[in-house]
Amino acid sequence: MTFLGMPLAHAPRGVGHLRGDEPFPRAARTALANPQLRRNVQHATTTIRGKSGRVIAELPDWQDLRAAGSALKAYTMANLPRLLEQLEAKVTEAGGVVHWAADAAEANRIVTGLVRATGEQRVLKIKSMATQEIGLNEALADAGITPVETDLAELIVQLGDDKPSHILVPAIHRNRSEIREIFLRAMPGVDPALTDDPPVLAAAARRYLRETFLTTKVAVSGANFGIAETGTLTVVESEGNGRMCLTLPDTLITVMGIEKVVPTWQDLEVFLQLLPRASTGERMNPYTSMWQGVTPGDGPQSFHLVLLDNGRSAVLADEVGRSALHCIRCSACLNVCPVYERTGGHAYGSVYPGPIGAVLSPQLTGVEDNASLPYASSLCGACFDACPVKIDIPSILVHLRNQVPHPAAEKAVMAAAAYTMDRPRLYARAQRAAKFTKLVGKRGRGLPPPLNGWSAARDLPTPPPESFRDWWRSR
Amino acid sequence: MRIALFATCLADTMFPAAAKATVLLLERLGHEVVFPEAQTCCGQMHINTGYQKEALPLVRRYVRTFEPYDVIVAPSGSCTGSIRHQHKTVANAAGDKGLAAGAEEVAGRTYELSELLVDVLKVEDVGAYYPHRVTYHPTCHSLRMLRVGDRPLRLLRRVRGLDLVELPAAEQCCGFGGTFAVKNADTSTAMLADKMRHVLDTGADVCTAGDTSCLMHIGGGLSRLRTGVTTVHLAEILASTEKA
Repeated sequence: MTFLGMPLAHAPRGVGHLRGDEPFPRAARTALANPQLRRNVQHATTTIRGKSGRVIAELPDWQDLRAAGSALKAYTMANLPRLLEQLEAKVTEAGGVVHWAADAAEANRIVTGLVRATGEQRVLKIKSMATQEIGLNEALADAGITPVETDLAELIVQLGDDKPSHILVPAIHRNRSEIREIFLRAMPGVDPALTDDPPVLAAAARRYLRETFLTTKVAVSGANFGIAETGTLTVVESEGNGRMCLTLPDTLITVMGIEKVVPTWQDLEVFLQLLPRASTGERMNPYTSMWQGVTPGDGPQSFHLVLLDNGRSAVLADEVGRSALHCIRCSACLNVCPVYERTGGHAYGSVYPGPIGAVLSPQLTGVEDNASLPYASSLCGACFDACPVKIDIPSILVHLRNQVPHPAAEKAVMAAAAYTMDRPRLYARAQRAAKFTKLVGKRGRGLPPPLNGWSAARDLPTPPPESFRDWWRSR
Repeated sequence: MRIALFATCLADTMFPAAAKATVLLLERLGHEVVFPEAQTCCGQMHINTGYQKEALPLVRRYVRTFEPYDVIVAPSGSCTGSIRHQHKTVANAAGDKGLAAGAEEVAGRTYELSELLVDVLKVEDVGAYYPHRVTYHPTCHSLRMLRVGDRPLRLLRRVRGLDLVELPAAEQCCGFGGTFAVKNADTSTAMLADKMRHVLDTGADVCTAGDTSCLMHIGGGLSRLRTGVTTVHLAEILASTEKA
């Protein structure tokens, strides 16, 4: 893809977690055959959906807020270079250091180098999609540095040697008895008498994490918002682990996708109302941490901001697809998606699952590398209705389907169908021939691939004695 | 009123009863129905499967065929949704500004059946009689693309003899999604299984909707499981009278 004559790079292969090992339909089959997983995901998404619906209903101006959020994001994307440079200037002015990372490999190199320079062997992590996207934990481990995830769900994923399956609730696919087993197996110094009572599990994690917070001197975070006007970075969270990571260490490194910049401080008025209600179903998130560069004698004395592209500029160049960059990572679209509810997040391969993942991942990597994802939707539209910044996900999915390389047999069938349908007389003859589909077997059982997926669970309708068209003529 | 019928390719070919019922219902209400024979398909399957270029002649055909008519009706929320929300995009993508303008105009005069009845013809009691226990599945595109809301329910509530039972989790997709049901057959089947469970929970003997496509999917599943529950298009229920 080129933009103003400049080639735009997609997220590189071989680093990070934007690509799955197998196409969606095959990965989904594994998940669909796991009743425990389906129960866990269904229970969790139904709960969050209900909670979110209730607090959204309290706001008479929810639709206006959505429209404002959408307009602010559209403005931001149209002015991205200027806003990013403004952010850089303001952060630098406040004593921070800004780094520009073209892709995952460069971002990993920058962060690893910064940690190495401190001489520390261990870093605290705040749950962050950007660092999951670039595979930072693996890059740090390769450099002999131990990353410790401090968000409870992210910790469960890390200790379980697992992958996150939801943007907000990365361990949504696990229930409490599975979590107990993971803690017993992998949490250092855990009480062997641990039960699966949620408060007991939380207390075990707290004991382990408190010790880590107090003895670790470097933290790596993501950012929900970076305010260009003031150079303020913002992290919202529920557990207080973020606040610890942002205040206790000597060095703080923040990795932020370039689309997370917002123009002004006042814009948070909109986003801080939209995000918690759409995301966790809370009126306000329990912790909102904001910081500008470095404050002498208070908090981290060294602050680095790594601005990550990793395919985002390529997404921005696509007029239809670019609104995927408006995403504020609330995960409302996952919680209402009937496909996600049944397959869970791992089936999507990328760290960005669900409807937003299905439009974001293929654009970041180039559609060839995630060709099955634009089809991982029935286009039911529930995601569009739920999105707090009104991203028209179904339209982007359809748009991307046009860019995917199509199988040759499918291309031939679609071309033949279009040819016939553009010739009413030929079409009418084909309709009359449809009667003979009765011959393929009882109610269409045992159709050949790729139609066997249909006939495995559904009868075909009995072809009518005459088409409507023929009936109309004979009237 | 003179109303042009867009039968939709699926109803025309596989479910003529839905299109016939639309004709008989509108004629019973005193309107003239015409069927322009140059019509075929709205192109939605091509558009939604990623064949926008191949869909262009079908979009052009739809627009040219229906341009002369003031009011057009389709017994499908999904096809109406495609006409209203995608035709212009396809024309614009091909750089055909004239077609885009025509598409927008014709789309503005194309109504899904329940929209036509309630909004244009201002009728809710169509004088139908249908002595069955019925549950209504709001198809995704009727619901979220067209926002038909409770129009179909308002029509069904006025049908004599009809026992309308509410479908649990009605707004969840049935899992059809056009070629989704083939490309992601396992996920589609899992969604269908839940939809069928909800339909069976109502104790209804008929499941109705405004789209033959979703009904083909739900009905195909209900038939395979020998549930005895049948699927019937909304138009067929509204066209039924004590005489027929």
